[in-house]
Amino acid sequence: MWLLKEKIKEMSGCGIAGIINVKGELIPGDLIIKSICCQYERGNGLGAGFAAYGIYPEHKDYYALHVMAQDKSALEKVEEILAHKTFVNYKEPIPTKKVKTIKNAPLFKRYFVKPKFDEEYQMVCGEDEEDNYIVSLVMDINEKVEGAYVISSGKNMGVFKGVGFPDEIAEFFRIDEYKAFIWTAHNRFPTNTPGWWGGAHPFTILDWSIVHNGEISSYGTNKRYLELFGYKCTLLTDTEVVAYLLDLLIRRHGLPLQLACKALAPPFWMEIDEMEEEERDLYTAIRVVYGSAVLNGPFAILFAYNGGLVGLNDRVKLRPLVCAKKGDFYYMASEEAAIRSICPDPEKVWAPKAGEPVIVELEKGVIPNQRSYLEGRPKEVEEDALRIKCQYIPLQSS
Amino acid sequence: MASPQFSSFYPDFLVQRIWERCIKCKRCVKECSYGVHVWDEKKKTLLADDSKCVGCHRCEAMCPTKALVIRRHPSDFREHALWTPWHIKNIYKQADQGGVLLTSTGCAQPYKNYFDHLVLDACQVTNPPIDPLREPMELRTFIGPKPESLEIEKVNGKFRLKKRLPPLIQLEVPIMFAAMSYGAISLHVHQGLARAARDLGTLYNTGEGGLHASLYEYGSNTIVQCASGRFGLHVDYLNAGVAIEIKIGQGAKPGIGGHLPGEKVTEEISKTRMIPVGSDAISPAPHHDIYSIEDLRGLIFALKEATEYKKLVFVKIAAVHNVAAIASGIVRAGADAVVIDGLRGGTGAAPTMFRDYIGIPIELAISAVDKRLREEGIRHRASIIASGGIRNSADVVKAIALGADAVYIGTAALIAVGCTMCQRCYTGKCPWGIATNNPELIKRLPPDVAYEKIYNLVKGWALEIKEMLGAMGINSIESLKGNRDKLRAVGLTEKEMEILEVKHAGE
Amino acid sequence: MPFELNASIYHYSQVNNLIREAIAKGEKELILTGVNGHRYLFAGVSAEVRAKIYGTPGLDLGCFMRGPRLEVFGNVQDGAGNTMDEGKIVVHGMGGDVIGYAMRGGKIHIYGDVGYRVGIHMKSYQDKVPVIIIGGKAGDFLGEYMAGGVIILLGMNTIYPERPIAGIYLGTGMHGGKIYVRGKVKESYLGLGLKPYPLDGDDEKELERLLKEYCDDFQMDLSEVLKEDFVKIIPYTHRPYGKIYAY
Repeated sequence: MWLLKEKIKEMSGCGIAGIINVKGELIPGDLIIKSICCQYERGNGLGAGFAAYGIYPEHKDYYALHVMAQDKSALEKVEEILAHKTFVNYKEPIPTKKVKTIKNAPLFKRYFVKPKFDEEYQMVCGEDEEDNYIVSLVMDINEKVEGAYVISSGKNMGVFKGVGFPDEIAEFFRIDEYKAFIWTAHNRFPTNTPGWWGGAHPFTILDWSIVHNGEISSYGTNKRYLELFGYKCTLLTDTEVVAYLLDLLIRRHGLPLQLACKALAPPFWMEIDEMEEEERDLYTAIRVVYGSAVLNGPFAILFAYNGGLVGLNDRVKLRPLVCAKKGDFYYMASEEAAIRSICPDPEKVWAPKAGEPVIVELEKGVIPNQRSYLEGRPKEVEEDALRIKCQYIPLQSS
Repeated sequence: MASPQFSSFYPDFLVQRIWERCIKCKRCVKECSYGVHVWDEKKKTLLADDSKCVGCHRCEAMCPTKALVIRRHPSDFREHALWTPWHIKNIYKQADQGGVLLTSTGCAQPYKNYFDHLVLDACQVTNPPIDPLREPMELRTFIGPKPESLEIEKVNGKFRLKKRLPPLIQLEVPIMFAAMSYGAISLHVHQGLARAARDLGTLYNTGEGGLHASLYEYGSNTIVQCASGRFGLHVDYLNAGVAIEIKIGQGAKPGIGGHLPGEKVTEEISKTRMIPVGSDAISPAPHHDIYSIEDLRGLIFALKEATEYKKLVFVKIAAVHNVAAIASGIVRAGADAVVIDGLRGGTGAAPTMFRDYIGIPIELAISAVDKRLREEGIRHRASIIASGGIRNSADVVKAIALGADAVYIGTAALIAVGCTMCQRCYTGKCPWGIATNNPELIKRLPPDVAYEKIYNLVKGWALEIKEMLGAMGINSIESLKGNRDKLRAVGLTEKEMEILEVKHAGE
Repeated sequence: MPFELNASIYHYSQVNNLIREAIAKGEKELILTGVNGHRYLFAGVSAEVRAKIYGTPGLDLGCFMRGPRLEVFGNVQDGAGNTMDEGKIVVHGMGGDVIGYAMRGGKIHIYGDVGYRVGIHMKSYQDKVPVIIIGGKAGDFLGEYMAGGVIILLGMNTIYPERPIAGIYLGTGMHGGKIYVRGKVKESYLGLGLKPYPLDGDDEKELERLLKEYCDDFQMDLSEVLKEDFVKIIPYTHRPYGKIYAY
C-alpha cells in the first residue's frame, strides 16, 4: 500500500536539475529527463518529480490545480469543494502510462479554475486577492481532506511527481510529451521512510515550484514562523517550508527577489559589520526581521515561477550547485555532468558563491501572465495572518 | 523563666575539626561572620557553636591546614515521610519567634524540572554538524520590537530600507545578567557584572537600588530598573542605560515587594538609593501608579516620553498561573520586551512560603507565552526574556528552543563568584563578600575577581551553546528560536508535552 | 513674548516634542492652552522654565521632571509629579490620586482637594526635601511609605464638607518625613506606629516658611491659615514592622 499521509517529517538527500530559455521558447521534456537521470546515483528510487512552465497555453488564465488522491471518494470530496469555492473551467485526468515498477499509484486529475468570490467582492478584487484565495483553498484542502493533495496550483504550469526513479516517473506521467520554457526536476534519496507520493518534489504554491537538495535544520523555527502568516505545513517536508517562505517574502511582503534570497541565506554578521552604513542597515534589518525565515543547514534549491528560475545555496555551501549558459539557455544542476549530458559545450560553467542567488528571468513580455520579482513591489497594507481568513471562509473540519 | 528556643537545639550543620591538623591560627574565627568559631583564651582552644552555622563553608575553604569539615548534622529525627526535619524545624522557628519564615535564593522544592526532561538533537549523516571553532557560528541576538515586514526602496540602482528599524539592543550572546540591586549584593559584584557585560557584549541589570556613580560608564551595557520603590530613580538614571525594566514582580516572591532594612543602608548605598543613611528602603507590593494593565501602559509611556523614545522598556513579571494572558496584555501595553521570571528565580530575601510555593516553572511559562503571543499575531512586537533557574548552557538552549529570545542569569553568576548557596543572603553577613555591604566582608571579593569569574562563566557557556548549535547543524541562533524539532521529552505526560509543544523521545 | 501652544490639535507626544524644541531654542516662558487629557507633559524635562497650562492635563504631569515650574489653571489628573525630581507644580484646582508618588524634590501646591494615596513614598536626601501642600482634604493612605519630605494638609478649600480632613491609614508605613495637619486628626485613622505631636519651634518656622509661599501662589491670607493649630504626624518607633520574621 502506498502512503499518502506520513506523520513524521522526512529527511532526504537528492539530485536536482533545471533549464530555462530566456526567450520563452519551449523545451521538450526529453532534455530534463536526460539531465536528471544522469544523476541516478543521487536518488534511491523513492521519489522523483518535474515542474513544467508553459504547458497549458489554452488555459493560461486559470489556476491549474493538479490533484493527487488516494481513491475516488477523496477525489469526490475535492471536487465538491472546488464546485463550491471555484469556477471550474475545465477538468481532466492527468494522462499516465502503466509502468511495471510503479504499483498502487494514486489518482491524478487536473482542474483549471478561478476563485468564486461574493459578487460584490468580485468587483474589487485583483490578482493578489485571487492568489491569496487560491493559497487558502490549497491549504484547506491539503489540511482537511483526508487522502487528497493539491500538488500544484499555478497558472500555465504543473507538477508531476511520485515514488520511483526519475525515468519511471517521467514515463508514468508521459513527461516527454510536454514542452516547457522552464523545467525543473528532482531525484530523491529519502533516509527514513519508504517514501510517499506527497513527499516527492517539486513542491509548489501558486506558480512557485521548488526542488531541493538538503535538510533544513531550522525546519521547526521556519514552520512556526510560517504559521504566523496562516501557512499550514501539512506535507511535513523542508521543501514545503521553502515554497511558503518564498511566497511570503516575495509575493506577500514584496521583497525584491535578491533580498528575499538574502533573507533565506543571509550574510554573516562579520560580513555585515564591514559593510557601508546604508547596506549594513539593510542587511541588519533583514536578519532582525526575517531571522525566523533563515534556512539553516545544508541546501541547494532551484525554484521557478512564471518568469524565472533561481538557484540558491546555503551560506556555507554544504550542498553542490553548478550553473551553465549557452545562448538563450541557462542550466542549473547538482552535478556538472547533468548539464553536459544535455549541453556538451556550454559557453560558461560556474559554481555560484554560497548564499549568492543565481537569478535568471525571462526577457520582458515573452509569455502570458509573466511575473518578475527583481524589483520587489511596494506593500499595500499591513499583512497579517487574519487577512486571509476574512476573505476566505475555511472549510469545517470533518 | 525564659522559654526554651527549640530551633537552637537541632543545628543544621556540624562543624567538625580535625584536631591533628589544626594549628590554632584562628583563621576560622576571622572568617566566620556568623560567630560560629570562638577562641577560648582561658583554655587556649577553639570552640564552635554549630547552631549558628549556616553551611556557607567559608571556614572550611579558608582553613590553611584543611582542618575543618562542615557536614549536615547527623542527628536524625525518626523517619517520617510527611514530617521531614525541614518542616519540623520551620515550626520550631515560628513557635520560638512568631512571624514569617525568611529565606533567600530560588525555590528549593523538588518540583519537576522540565529542563531535565528535555533532551536536545544532533546531526547524524543526513545533515552535517558544524565545527564552531573553525566555521562561523553566530549568537548575535536583537532585543526589542521588530516590524512584521520590511519596506524596501531602490535608489541609484541599490536597494535600501525605506524606514530604519526602531531602536533595538544588540547582544553578542543571548545571556544577560538579571536584576540584582546594589544593596542586595555588593558594589564589587555590580562592578564585576558591568565589566563582564561590556566585554561579553551583553547587558547587566542594576536592580532597583539605583546606579552607583562608578557604573555610569557602562551605560551601553546597562538595564536600569524601575521598581515600586523608585530608589535612585531620576532622569539621569533613566537615561543611563539602554533599557528601562519595570519590575512588576519576581519569581522568588510573586506579589510582594521588597525591604532593605535600614542597617544595610550604608553611606554608599544611601548615595545610590538617594535615601538617608540607616533609613529603611521599602518597595511596595504594587507600583502605586499601576493598578491595572492600562496603568502599566501609563508608566511605559511615561518612561518613554521622559527618555524621548530612545530607550527600550522591558516589563518583568513573575510566572504565575495566568502568565500568557498577562504577557499578552504587557505587549499590547507597549512593552518592548517581556521578562518572565519562573518559579525557581532567586532573590536576596523572600518569605519561604513564597519562594517555594508560588508561581509556575519557567519552561511551561515560556512555551505558553510564546504560543499566546504567536496566536495573537504580536510575537514580533516584543522579545521574550526568560529567567529563573537557568543553571547551564543547555538550559539556555532549551529556553530559546521553547521560544525565548534571551535569558537572564542571576544565581548562576553569583555561584560563579563563590556563592555556596547557603541561602542566608537576607542576613547581610555573606562571608563570601557577595550578598553583603559590610566594608570588611566585601573586601573578600574584589571587583577584578568578580569580573574574571563571571566573564569566564559566560564565555564557557557561549562556547558550549555554539557547540550544541553546531551539533544540531545550525550556524546562527535565530534558527534555534522556537525550534521544537530540536527538543524531545523524556518522561513527560501528554499534557506536559502539549503545553511544551514537544514530542516524546522515540517519536 | 512667551512661547504659546494650542495643544488641542496635537497628540501628547507631539506637544512634548514641541515643548522640548522650544526649550532647546532658549524659551523660558511657555503657555499651553487647550490641554485636555494630554499625558506626561514635561516628562523628564530638565530645565529652569516656567509654564502656564490651561485645561486638564492627563496622567503623570511633570513626571521625572527636573526644574520646570508649572502652573495649572484647572484640575490635574492622577499621577501628577510622579517621581519628580525638582521644580514646582501649582494647581489652581483639585488633584487626582497618587499625586507626587516617589517624589524626591521640588514642590506641589494644590489649591483644593486631592484623591487617594497622595505623596506616597516621598523621599528626601541631603538638601532635597520634597513638599506637597494640599489646600483641601485628602483621601485614604495619604503619605503611605513616606520616607522623607513634608506634606501639609489644610482642609480649607474643600468641596467635601462632610468628609474628614484625611482618610484612613494616614501615613501608613511612614518611616521618615513629616505630615502637618491643620486642626485635629482621629488617632484611629493613623497608620501603625504613628502619633500626632504638637509642633516645636523649628516645625513652626518651617511650616510658616512653606505656607507663606503657598499663600502667595493662591492669594490666600497666611494669618487666616495659621489661625488654627497644626499637628505633626511622625513615626514614634523606628521599626513598627521589625518583628515579623522568623529566621
